[in-house]
This record gives sequence, structure tokens and C-alpha cells, in this order.
Amino acid sequence: MSTVIEVDDVWKKYRLGIIGTGTLRHDFERWWHRVRGKPDPHSKLDERSEIRNRKSEVVTNVGHRISGVSASLGDDEMWALRGVSFEVKQGEILGIIGRNGAGKSTLLKILCRVTAPTKGEVRIKGRIASLLEVGTGFHPELTGRENIFLNGAILGMTKAEIRTKLDEIVAFAEIDTYVDTPVKRYSSGMYVRLAFAVAAHLEPEILIVDEVLAVGDVQFQKKCLGKMGDVAHEGRTVLLVSHNMNAIESLCQRIAHVEQGQVLAITNDLRGAIAAYVSGPTTTDATEWRNPGDALLNPWFRPLRFYLGDEHGKLAKMPIRNDDPIHVWIEGEIDQQDVALTVGYALYNEAGILLYWSAQTDVAENLWPRLARGRNALRSRIPPRVLNQGKYRLELIVALYCRQWISSPGANAPIIELSIQGGLSDSPYWMEKRPGLLAPVCSWTLEGN
Amino acid sequence: MSGTVVDKSPAAEWDLIIRPKTGWLDLHLADLWRYRDLTAIFVWRDFVAQYKQTILGPLWHILQPLFTTLIFTVIFGKMAKLPTDGVPPLLFYLAGVTCWSYFADCVNRTSVTFISNAAIFGKVYFPRLSVPVSVVISSMIKFAIQFALFLAFVIFYWMQGAGVHPTAAIALTPLLLVLMAGLSLGAGIIVSALTTRYRDLQQLVVFGVQLMMYATPVVYPLSMIGGGSFRWLILANPMTPIVETFRYAYLGSGTFVGIYLCYSAGFTLAVLFIGVVLFNHVERTFMDTV
Repeated sequence: MSTVIEVDDVWKKYRLGIIGTGTLRHDFERWWHRVRGKPDPHSKLDERSEIRNRKSEVVTNVGHRISGVSASLGDDEMWALRGVSFEVKQGEILGIIGRNGAGKSTLLKILCRVTAPTKGEVRIKGRIASLLEVGTGFHPELTGRENIFLNGAILGMTKAEIRTKLDEIVAFAEIDTYVDTPVKRYSSGMYVRLAFAVAAHLEPEILIVDEVLAVGDVQFQKKCLGKMGDVAHEGRTVLLVSHNMNAIESLCQRIAHVEQGQVLAITNDLRGAIAAYVSGPTTTDATEWRNPGDALLNPWFRPLRFYLGDEHGKLAKMPIRNDDPIHVWIEGEIDQQDVALTVGYALYNEAGILLYWSAQTDVAENLWPRLARGRNALRSRIPPRVLNQGKYRLELIVALYCRQWISSPGANAPIIELSIQGGLSDSPYWMEKRPGLLAPVCSWTLEGN
Repeated sequence: MSGTVVDKSPAAEWDLIIRPKTGWLDLHLADLWRYRDLTAIFVWRDFVAQYKQTILGPLWHILQPLFTTLIFTVIFGKMAKLPTDGVPPLLFYLAGVTCWSYFADCVNRTSVTFISNAAIFGKVYFPRLSVPVSVVISSMIKFAIQFALFLAFVIFYWMQGAGVHPTAAIALTPLLLVLMAGLSLGAGIIVSALTTRYRDLQQLVVFGVQLMMYATPVVYPLSMIGGGSFRWLILANPMTPIVETFRYAYLGSGTFVGIYLCYSAGFTLAVLFIGVVLFNHVERTFMDTV
């Protein structure tokens, strides 16, 4: 397989804030003051030092990796890309992942020639088409058919090419009956379908797709994924940027992990790369609470540690996949045994809605764990594939049933956080977060005839 | 990282090489030609989209110059009693208005190229120049309608035998149109390139174009200026010979001096060249500044 894209040590510098606010009068005044040898009346000292602070923050975040280059930065500049190099082979589907602001979009913009790199070179073989935002250049007053021509031409097709593809595009987008309706009357789903259909039929050698699958119904998403697969089978190349790890995992052969303007890794170990990305260094979730010593003092059950871990008690790293076994661990000390003791947790979603309570006394009395004096460790598995993708809050429950709260959710309870990403289902139709509070995978059977 | 690139491949193997900076004179005009279908579709879009929702549609093109001409006739002809070189005032003003409104339209619309297309320019590459070029062309449709109106009046007056003497200079009409297109395109894209840095220039353009009309013989004939002290100002205006030649061609009045027209042509080429160079320079990094 030959190489179709070579990104060779590409750097991109952006200026923070200042540019574009320049007005003719300010520039003229600057010039006039310079002519007379006076200081610039518009260099806002406070603002500038603030920006410098912001930048030094950036630099410290980036740490050692920035070495040397920062010297060539002006006061209000920052590097969005810092020495990015990689190759893409023909017929490959490369997933690009990374946090917001990591430089993914900048990289794509350079590949699409929307903006020029500051340093470095990109070599490309074949025609590039980008599907960066749905319906780029659609004109609301024009009909579907007219917009196919407009959009196709913007993406680089000639009129003759579009004409030969027209029926195929209309059929793929499933808009047959609305093809002569102005697109302003289209639903957002139809809009997306039409936009994707045009780009997908462009027959570019290289197709760049940025987060487009976030819209459209599940059926159409499936169709798009299929089409991208086809495109690659035909020997064309796809670059896919997405925060949807399920789509990336099911579609891509290789993943480039971009962070802070650099390619951290480019690998065909998809699971590894995704795991490295989702458990990246910026995760600040508190997955563990430890008793500082004097909290929640009582003789019945003094909580010592409340955390999320695997079944052996190894602390979990957030976020976790929804099919990973994840356990809530509660360790505490008992001086005085009491039959009314109830220990458990309350689970809230990101919006603060209580999803459920769970306690060790939820089952028949003869099945309750027998807590002894001294130190006890309770473990409870969080039901797999019930929660939706997202962030959750767990609050510790310790109480004497109907008598006394020791650790009360919403009041004095210790809090830990859980974040779930990916692994929602094995279904190819289920690529991302479901609507609804929960996303259980229920079993279905075919009955009778 | 597995992406270490060894530079072994000859440049000819690649279809496209993206580099940080290209020279000021690297205008990649071949791209513009390759995307000619896009320019054509932009022209068509401008025209179709503009009238899809208006009741009167292209009729506006006729009403606009007619009303302007009527107002000019009343104010400058009847009240200020400015001379019209012995031509019926209505025809005199209509000729000026037809030319001027094409020029003014093109300048105003091309000068917002970057600002009003920021969203699409930020998403996908195509030769940016195809947008202002399509504007200049789609404005020609409007010009054609107004020109037809003007011709109808010329023929009407001519049949009445009212002081209208078309001359052989009519053959210069395509040249005049091309000059106006080139001049307005050049001026418009210079402004559009500068407005990416100086937003307030935008206000100046609309206002400036209005003022410039009075430095062009639209509501008065060049002959009226005589040897006045600001005759040079009017003559330095590259639109002056164009409007005057247009009148001379169809009405037989006005000043037609070959050298003046050559000056306009030279001016147009210079403005166009500067415009394209500036425009190309700005388009490469424009997205970083908005």
C-alpha cells in the first residue's frame, strides 16, 4: 500500500485574542506615536501580562515537551500543533482522537487547506474531500437538488460529475420526495443525510470526517459507517475524528492520539489507544475517599475508605468502560454490633438526579453479609450495562435502620465519582450514549411464530 | 512514534504539497480555472436565491434605476438645472445610473467576501477568488436587465427624433463592461482583504462609493466642469472615461478621448493585480484571525 498523506513536522502557531480587534484608528495612533517616539498607547499592560500568565500556564501544563520552541513564541502566541508527523496509507481508516483543544481540528484544517501551517510540510496524493460540518454551504432557499449541485461544486466536483451521481445521492440520502423542496423545510436529519450523501459520493481519494456521526438517526449512522467502510474497501482513505469511541473502535484500523498539539501515539492497538486516551492525565475524578481520621465518628460503623475498584480491591481508573467489572468498596470499623446497621451507597447522575440506593440489607435477611467487630470490607458490583455513558456521583450511606443516620446522602456523606465511557453494547447499531437516564442492555427473544 | 518521515519521494509524485508560506506572486490562478464550475454555480445561486422569496423578482432591477433616474431628473435636472449636454435628461441620468449601479454593486458586494463567507471558508477549501468573481458575473445579469431598459428608452427617444445620436463607439460596450467589472473586482477584493484587519473599513466603503459617484460624471456631464480647478480630480477617477464613453456611444453626447480610456484600462489592471495579490496573501491565514 502506498502512502497517500505525509505530514512532516507540522507546526501551527496561533495568536491569542488580540488579532482582528485592530481598528484603523488604533493602528494609525500606534504609528503616529511610533513616529514621535512615544510608547504605544494601546498596549494594554494588564491585558498583556494576563495573557502572559495564561501562556505560562499552557507551558507548565505541557511541561518538558515544549523545550526550546517556546523561545520563538511572542507574548500572545501559542502552538496549536508542535511537530506533528505521521503517514497515512491508501485504503486505511485512521481514527484521530484527543481532547478538545488538543489540535485535532487544527490538523484537519491544515490538511483541508483551510489554513496554512506555520512550519513543516504536508504532502498529499489524490483529491481530498472534507465533511467537517453538516451542510457546509447549503443555501436554505435552494431545493435539495440545487443544493446537491452547490455543495458538490464547493467540495470540488464538476457539474458533469454531479449530474451522473445525482440519483445515487438522492437515493442514499432518502429524500426522494423532497428533492425539490427548499432545504430550509428539511428536518435536521434530512439535512445531515443529504450532506453526508454528497460528500460520500464525491469519490475523493481521501475523505475527512469530523464528528459527523453525532447527528442523524441510528439507522442512518449505520449506513454512514457502512459507506465509510466501502470507501476504504475501494482503496480510498478515510480520516475520522470523533469523540465517539465506539465508532472509532468499530471502524478504524489505526488510531492517532493527539494531545497538546502532538501525536502521542499512532498505533493499531485500538483498545490500548482508547484506554490511554480516556484515562488520560487530566482526569481529576475522585474515585476514592479516605477517612482523614476524625470524620463520621461512631461505634457502629466508622467508615475508613470508600472507593471504586476491581474485584480484588485495586483502585479503578476513570473513566471506565460500561462492560468493565466495577465494584464499590466500603471499608469501616465496628466497635459495637447492631442488627439495624445498613451500609450502602446512593448513585446520582451528573444532573444530580438520584438513580438508586443500594445497601447490604437489600436481600433476604439470611443472605446479609455478617459483619464482625473490627475492620470490615464490603464490596458490591455496580450492575454492568445498566448505566448510560456519563459521569456519576456516589454518596456513602451508613445508618441504623429507622433510628439514626451516620452518613446521609445529600448531607454529610463522603462522595466519590464514577465516569463511564464506551463499552455500552456489542451491537453495531448502538454506537454512543443513549437518550434516557439508563442504558440497560436487555435480552430479547423471538417467541412463537 | 511510527510517523518518522524520510524524505525519499520526489515532489512530482505528490498531487499537493502544503507549505507554510508561498510567495506573494504565487497566485494559483489555475485553481480558479479548475473550479470554474463552482464559480458558475455561485453565479446561478446568487441569482436564484435572491429572487426566490421576492414577489416582484427581477422586476426590482427595472424599478430601482427608474426611480433613481426620476429622482435625479427632478433634483439635478429640474431644481439644480444642471446641463445634460443637450440630451433628454431621463436618458442622460439613466445612462449614468446604469453604469454606476453596476460598479457600486460589485464593489459593495465583493468587499464583504471574507466577512460574509467566514463560515464556509473555515470549513472547506476552494479558490476563494471564485466568490468575488462570481459576484461580479452575477451582477452582470442585473446590469443586462437595466441595460435593456436603457436601450428601450434610447430607441424610443431615437424614433421620436429627440437629440439622440448613437455612434460607432457602441462597439466598445463589451470593453466598458469588462473595465467596470475588473475595476470593481479589484477595488472590492482590496477592501475585503483589508477588512479582515480593519473592520471599520467596511463602513467607509459603502459611504465612499456613494461619495465617489459625485466625483464621477453621473449627474452632470464632464463638459460642465470645463477648466475648473478640480477637473483633474474628476479625470483621475478611472470611472469617468467609462461613463463618458458609454454616453458618447449611445447618446452621442459626452467626451470620448482614447487616451482617457487607456488610462482607465491601465488603472484597472493595476488595481486588479494589487487586489489579487493582497487577496491571495490574506486567504492563506485569514481563518486564524476571525
